[in-house]
Amino acid sequence: MTGWLRVRLFPGPVNGVVSVLLLAAIVWAMAPVVDWAFISADWFGTTRADCSGAGACWVFVTARIGQFLYGFYPETERWRVDVAALCLALGLAPLFMARAMRGPGLVFGLAFGALVLCGMLLIGGAFGLPYVPTRRWGGLMLTLVVAVVGIAASFPLGILLALGRRSRLPVLRGLCVAFIELWRGVPLITVLFMASVMLPLFLPGGAEMDKLLRALIGVSLFAAAYMAEVVRGGLQAIPVGQYEAASALGLGYWRSHALVILPQALRHVVPGIVNTIIGLFKDTTLVLVIGLFDLLGMVQAALTDPNWLGYSLEGYVFAGVMFWAFCFSMSRLSLRFERRPGVGQEDTA
Amino acid sequence: MRRRSADGHAPAAFLWQALILIAVLAGGAALVFNTLDNLAARGISSGFGFLDDAAGFGVTMSLIPFDETASFARAFVVGLLNTLLVSVLGVALATVLGVAVGLARLSPNWLLARIAGAYVETLRNIPLLLQIFFWYFAVLRTLPAPRGSYALGEVAFLNNRGLYLAWPEAAAGWALAIGLCAAVAVAWSLRRGRRGPAAGAALVTLAALGWVFSAAAWERPQLAGFNFTGGVTLIPEFVALVVALSTYTAAFIAEIVRAGVQAVPKGQVEAADALGLNPAQKLRFVIAPQALRVIVPPLTSQYLNLTKNSSLAAAIAYPDLVSVFAGTVLNITGQAIEVIAITMAVYLSISLGIAALMGGYNRAFALRGAAS
Amino acid sequence: MSDASIPAIVMEGVIRRFGAFTALDGVDLTVAQGERIVVCGPSGSGKSTLVRCINGLERHDEGTIAVNGVQLDGLPRTMQRIRRDVGMVFQQFNLFPHMTVLENLCLAPVKVAGVPSAEAESRARTLLARVRIPEQADKYPSSLSGGQQQRVAIARALCMEPRIMLFDEPTSALDPEMIGEVLDVIVELAGDGMTMICVTHEMGLARAMADRVVFLDAGRIVEQAPPERFFSAPESERTRQFLARILRH
Ligand SMILES: Nc1ncnc2c1ncn2[C@@H]1O[C@H](COP(=O)(O)OP(=O)(O)OP(=O)(O)O)[C@@H](O)[C@H]1O
Ligand SMILES: [Mg+2]
Repeated sequence: MTGWLRVRLFPGPVNGVVSVLLLAAIVWAMAPVVDWAFISADWFGTTRADCSGAGACWVFVTARIGQFLYGFYPETERWRVDVAALCLALGLAPLFMARAMRGPGLVFGLAFGALVLCGMLLIGGAFGLPYVPTRRWGGLMLTLVVAVVGIAASFPLGILLALGRRSRLPVLRGLCVAFIELWRGVPLITVLFMASVMLPLFLPGGAEMDKLLRALIGVSLFAAAYMAEVVRGGLQAIPVGQYEAASALGLGYWRSHALVILPQALRHVVPGIVNTIIGLFKDTTLVLVIGLFDLLGMVQAALTDPNWLGYSLEGYVFAGVMFWAFCFSMSRLSLRFERRPGVGQEDTA
Repeated sequence: MRRRSADGHAPAAFLWQALILIAVLAGGAALVFNTLDNLAARGISSGFGFLDDAAGFGVTMSLIPFDETASFARAFVVGLLNTLLVSVLGVALATVLGVAVGLARLSPNWLLARIAGAYVETLRNIPLLLQIFFWYFAVLRTLPAPRGSYALGEVAFLNNRGLYLAWPEAAAGWALAIGLCAAVAVAWSLRRGRRGPAAGAALVTLAALGWVFSAAAWERPQLAGFNFTGGVTLIPEFVALVVALSTYTAAFIAEIVRAGVQAVPKGQVEAADALGLNPAQKLRFVIAPQALRVIVPPLTSQYLNLTKNSSLAAAIAYPDLVSVFAGTVLNITGQAIEVIAITMAVYLSISLGIAALMGGYNRAFALRGAAS
Repeated sequence: MSDASIPAIVMEGVIRRFGAFTALDGVDLTVAQGERIVVCGPSGSGKSTLVRCINGLERHDEGTIAVNGVQLDGLPRTMQRIRRDVGMVFQQFNLFPHMTVLENLCLAPVKVAGVPSAEAESRARTLLARVRIPEQADKYPSSLSGGQQQRVAIARALCMEPRIMLFDEPTSALDPEMIGEVLDVIVELAGDGMTMICVTHEMGLARAMADRVVFLDAGRIVEQAPPERFFSAPESERTRQFLARILRH
């Protein structure tokens, strides 16, 4: 242990001084943070009177945790959200098991089934479940809905766009390039504005379109463009010989891609796909600019409650920790895919 | 090499393309007709004529004169300039911070490397919008009123109304310019080994810079009544946006820098060591030039991301292009299609412009000394 | 410092470990000024580690190394000083790909030794002529053949006017027909009386230039002798096995 310390922190005189200064700086900076967040913090209670004011007032978060997680979803129906989350987790779990990927058709089918089931659970209006309109959805639940639908829609769309961009047909190729570059060239916020004010204009006879649906369309198209570029990177890494071998076996365009090309290409770009997913997850927060209340939106709304003014730091820390936990675990998960033997090892020849 | 594809022979291919084209055109036409119908039903006339009308609203920050009587077109320019200002400043700060953090992550000092790693993992895994809110609502908005400002000497004051900085008088700007020119002249003469002119130019530089940094050249903020006057005022929205954008983007830049440096083969570093280059020379002559080739393309795309992300300004009402134009102007005029189209076109031209420059850069570098 | 009575290199009890593995296990080696040594031994025996310790690319855990009387202590200033006196040529050339041949040669003389650039350039051109590629000065390394690249690397090391040259398998990354041109250059250098340590499996090179052949196995010096004796009458069983394997071809 002391040897470890000596080598890591004090390899030389200059480094030793730097280490000591850094340690001092960490203690100096972190001590008040730890004191605020844990030692002097108030955890239990129901109103702001339960907060002493010396440290963080976590009561603000605990008192509103229901809204932060479920938005305005009726309290008696919240179990449906829990069941949907469980069902989603079970349905998607096989995607992360390397062994299950030997039968991708079944795995993707299961995931798709889970998604449909979740949708029916959340919306209701059938099987004796009361209907819950999407304007009552919110909080972490809405964040997850936007992210999951965005991923589920953008992934196949992105693959199609990537294939289109590499097609032999100039018209198809041109359309795909234009689509991809358009979405990648503009900020998501303008896409959401567009979805919110222009989509209704596109519909015949002034038909109404659900606000959440509009946001979902915007987010999905936007994410699909990024996904397409990632997938294209993977397709470019496949040697010509693989295409030739597939054709030589008598496989047509679609079957050679489904059976030979895409499985290899996608495996190459797992990190890129995960990065896109993490980006999409963080971007879901933008739906608040068009009046949807995701996790951040609910926190932001709670901050304006006159009974709870002045606790913005607690609200942001809570939301930040939630988002961080999701994004960080996703990035760690993708590292697991990357760390297969033979990949990323430097050759020392 | 063109890959042999299996997607059909020539006539079939032609048919497919015709079908796709027809489908897209038909879909497009349906959308246009629907839109025209809807616009007519709502009594909105299309066209860009509205740009000349008086805006009738004010903005909290503008680089050019702007008031209620100015046109919507001028409001567009105000927003665009504010977007560019935030982006340029953000890019500069993010680069400096990102390079520093990226190099720190590679430091032999374990603690320093870990701190840099923690910075990267924390910031890039939290949504930017949340970070903007944090800086704006939780930090800047809770600062004391002007009377209780945090002060840095006599030149900078930070309070809940914004950041007040001393600003050089017009004359100081000229002096600075003269000083910089003279400094360039010094460097140039020294390179050619001309001592006399170099010494002369050095004197000019010193005199100019000396004056610039003397108190006389600066207009300092003064507390007058409830607020500061004089110097330059940066509104809190601007400060929050710049800080959030640059610290967030710096986390990504740090990873790019780290990957770029690590992409330089170990043998290159050893060869530089064996020749006796010191660490600074090693970085400057051997590592940086090779790492830059790997770094520059993703770095540009981070710059573009920062520019696009500056549109989150709308969430804290910093008057950028989206906030002023796609927000306020759209709400007042109802010209959704025109406004959104113009806004998107601006970002799209910036993106495609930079992408074209990048393509040129890559071609120029591919020609020279590509890896064997 | 240039006292001829001080040995060029003195290594005493040098040990280098990588984790639990000992790569150099107590090496004692003294090299006189102007002496030419060839180091050989099976793969993984620690040959590279040995030469890399001499110019501090690899630190040693125990023992002492002195170069021209200066002790290697790991301090940056000492390293700097020693590396000016010691040139090194790598198996993989390690030329800087973003610089022309001439820039590769002039970098260290100008930046480290402070030689005026005009003088460095003329020195570089002379050396390029000496390694027989004067016409390649303005090309980038990637457009040269392997043999040419290695000769540039030798010229780059010589451009610092070192008193000691280290070669780590300078020909083993080369195609057979290019080996000769590099060996010629090395043999010619050896004729100039420079102190040299060369790791190689080219036994012809050992015969042509070496004053002494050092045989390394498992991090220890098993045998050292002048080439005639080393090849004709090796003392240790281990050396005989190694020679039998290497000379069979
Ligand atoms: N950086 C390192 N980390 C761990 N082990 C190392 C390292 N460098 C060398 N080694 C080990 O030390 C031993 C000696 O390595 P060295 O490169 O000196 O051998 P060598 O005699 O030059 O072999 P070759 O003929 O293959 O070049 C080897 O077993 C090698 O695996
Ligand atoms: Mg070796």
